[in-house]
Amino acid sequence: MKVVLVDSGGANIGSVRYALERLGVSAAMTADAETILAADRVILPGVGAAAPAMARLQQMNLVHLLRGLKQPLLGICLGMQLLFEGSEEGDVACLGLVPGRVRKMPASAGVRVPHMGWNRLRPTQADPLLAGVVDGAQAYFVHSFAAPVTGHCIASCDHGAPFAAMVRRGNVAGAQFHPERSGAVGARLLQNFLQADPA
Amino acid sequence: MLSRRLIPCLDVKDGLVVKGVKFRDHVVMGAIEELALRYRDEGADELVFYDITASPQGRGVDRAWVERVARIIDIPFCVAGGIRSVAQAREVLLAGADKISVNTPALERPELINALAAEFGVQCVVVGIDSLRDADGEWRVRAYTGDPDQTRALPRRTLDWVAEVQQRGAGEIVLNCMGSDGVRTGYDLEQLRAVRAICGVPLVASGGAGTARHFAEVFLDADVDAALAASVFHSGSVRIPELKTALRAQGIEVRDVA
Repeated sequence: MKVVLVDSGGANIGSVRYALERLGVSAAMTADAETILAADRVILPGVGAAAPAMARLQQMNLVHLLRGLKQPLLGICLGMQLLFEGSEEGDVACLGLVPGRVRKMPASAGVRVPHMGWNRLRPTQADPLLAGVVDGAQAYFVHSFAAPVTGHCIASCDHGAPFAAMVRRGNVAGAQFHPERSGAVGARLLQNFLQADPA
Repeated sequence: MLSRRLIPCLDVKDGLVVKGVKFRDHVVMGAIEELALRYRDEGADELVFYDITASPQGRGVDRAWVERVARIIDIPFCVAGGIRSVAQAREVLLAGADKISVNTPALERPELINALAAEFGVQCVVVGIDSLRDADGEWRVRAYTGDPDQTRALPRRTLDWVAEVQQRGAGEIVLNCMGSDGVRTGYDLEQLRAVRAICGVPLVASGGAGTARHFAEVFLDADVDAALAASVFHSGSVRIPELKTALRAQGIEVRDVA
């Protein structure tokens, strides 16, 4: 199986590659359109901010390509946020593969932003990506912006207010947490993504 | 609900984990990977690696061991020590660290925090603060604490610095209360409470852990998000699985030990 990590210029996307290596899969990190199109699975990692990340995807001519992918695509952390229509972070239009808009998480008494640490996943609908992930399983989050819980949310999480921890729409999926840093739960999610039938 | 985190801190010297007695006479504790995996298996929620020789030797962090750790562990880790620029931070993040922590370089050049946050996002940027109460009752920051001969008291009040680093883009603050560090009589709850009151980002308590009870106190009384400790974990006097059981029994949310 050919798995590629879209090299969107982020600084620490290496850790996703190492997590795949631990599962016995060697993934190429690439920004090359042909290589991405030829892959069986595409992962869009990302740390940093939405506006510069979208600017980089545009510079590399990848926006149209990512919108048209037919194979399973998984966005991680900022990569998941980029799947939505837009983000309040830098007020930027994103890929529009999943309806909804990403917003800043409101801080309040006892609710600190960034949301940083291990929090519980609440599956909201059955999905092959969640196979073996129990209600209340804990995953590692670190983010200040979040996507809304909509019909495409397959697992939610709560930090002051509910938000989408995982989404899926057809071949497009996203995880707000970092599966590569979420112990056995994260490894299981990546495994499920690698095994999932192309939608 | 977000779990409170337990963070073992590992001092790295020449590629090995060491334990110092009063910052000197370092005893080798083992290979970095071996200890990283041990703490991961025991249920540590995150690890901090402090490169104690990078700064005194005037060099950046050795990228090789950061990469080795990133390959084998599946929990987040932060690298501290020896990061004085955006370029050095990028090296460490590219090698696979999830966060970088800056202390003295941020005091010398506060704009470094803004630059790091703009480049990598606030979620990567941890600011470490070494703080001690002065004779007049004020908490003030200390610089160059890695070497007791070089440690300098600064006129900057700790609470002012806590406010400033947040404005500049710190995504997390580690408050090392030097007055309680290494004495194992408990975290400095008074100081941590004062900092908590003005700290809207995650706050990590450091310095003073001796027993499981100290961890419960710091979460319940000072409402910190995470507790960092070194010697009690290294010596085995507090073991993370038992500590988590004790914390959970007091209604404190912690991550399940896998």
